[in-house]
Amino acid sequence: MGAGHAHALYLPGSSPVHRLPPQCKLVAVLGFVLLVVATPRERVWAFAGFALLLAAVALVARVPLATVARRVVIEVPFVAFAFLMPFFATGEKVAVLGLRLSEDGLWGAWNILAKGTLGVVASILLAATTEPRALLLGIERLRMPQLITQIATFMLRYGDVVAAELGRMKVARAARGFEARDLRATVVLARSVGALFLRSYERGERVHLAMLSRGYDGRMPLLHDVGATGAQWASAAALPLTAALVAAAAWMAP
Amino acid sequence: MTPSLEVRGLAYAYPDGTQALFGVDLTVERGQRVALLGPNGAGKTTLILHLNGILQGGAGEVRVGGLRVDPADKKALREIRRRVGVVFQDPDDQLFMPTVREDVAFGPANLGLRGAELEARVTGALARVGMLEVAGRPPQHLSFGQRRRVAVATVLAMEPEILVLDEPSSNLDPAGRRELAEILRGLEVTVLMVTHDLPYAAELCPRSVVLSGGVIAADAPTLELLADDDLLRAHRLELPFGFDPAAAARRR
Repeated sequence: MGAGHAHALYLPGSSPVHRLPPQCKLVAVLGFVLLVVATPRERVWAFAGFALLLAAVALVARVPLATVARRVVIEVPFVAFAFLMPFFATGEKVAVLGLRLSEDGLWGAWNILAKGTLGVVASILLAATTEPRALLLGIERLRMPQLITQIATFMLRYGDVVAAELGRMKVARAARGFEARDLRATVVLARSVGALFLRSYERGERVHLAMLSRGYDGRMPLLHDVGATGAQWASAAALPLTAALVAAAAWMAP
Repeated sequence: MTPSLEVRGLAYAYPDGTQALFGVDLTVERGQRVALLGPNGAGKTTLILHLNGILQGGAGEVRVGGLRVDPADKKALREIRRRVGVVFQDPDDQLFMPTVREDVAFGPANLGLRGAELEARVTGALARVGMLEVAGRPPQHLSFGQRRRVAVATVLAMEPEILVLDEPSSNLDPAGRRELAEILRGLEVTVLMVTHDLPYAAELCPRSVVLSGGVIAADAPTLELLADDDLLRAHRLELPFGFDPAAAARRR
């Protein structure tokens, strides 16, 4: 049971951003991302503006920029193909550092990279300032069906338990001399995954029994009310509203 | 006074045809602590699941504090599940909410409690097992002994008529075992304790019943029962090496 596994992305703190109700932050991030995506890619200065806005949020939330930079690495596999676009896209070619690259491809790559990175950084800031549990409460507050938030809540609770079980199975395999050397090992690994699935399924049944025994009737009792005041909505709206100004300017600029 | 638990002629076969209970009769008076002993496969878990109406459909009846367990009557069933507090063997099955406080609140909140009243129940139950200081923590970050104690608190918060414990001492280290025993001894509540741990039964429960082959095979004061070698052998019960019921009786 490694302490703190579940909160790997969360940076405890009490900044104004941390204190905002989760649903306000969720809506703000969603609005921001939509505005970024809707901005024409040729307005490079607009994206610099968006980046400055996020830097301001990070500053207020006291999330170190180095931490953000380290976590941005997660997007690399997703944007890898963006780097190939300038080489393979058709259209007019331009010379960059002695290479003949497609102009359309260059803009396409920039588009994906800039918008992707801004979206990822916004999500990183959200995750760093909001506990996973609070995020789920926020989603529930935004009228997401309870069934979905319940499933996510249970994943949060039992992720560590299942991972520990997987770890014990791995140790048990190793203790009997198993090494994943070649393709034949997949048979053994597949069986382990199957056994883990069955165990988790049985645990699910036992948990359900325990819930029934304490009067569960299909609905989780609402224990938290994470209501938001108008002022909190207004301060959360600062990010998407400023972003909207930048986006509008980008559209109207000649 | 109405007994906390009355089981009359309870018989049950699982849908696959395996008969688990063949007519169980058991009465537990209010405030008693009773150990339910028996070998694996004797039907102990099946019996527990009948006490709060999760399993049903066989012959016989169960009454909790005078109220009949009738799964067709949803409202009565809710009251039954309040009256019977089951602490399951694996605390990871029992503690499914993100924090200890929410988990302890789950039961009373299902009973309709809210606000200050709910908070008082949660605080009270956690205080009774000495776990108030971990209220805000996720259950997976507690030690096994702590989790077991919180599991007891989750049902205490429902103010049950009878506390049913499934193997309460399993996986506990000796200190955790003793701490749990001290807590259980201090609770003013009827206890039915299912266990293989015969010394633990001797320590906590003045009376024991043996469930074997789906019927109650013996019902006697615990130390007398444990002194009966033939009886223990007949039902695959064994005292640990070095444990002497006569010596335990003298220490009482």
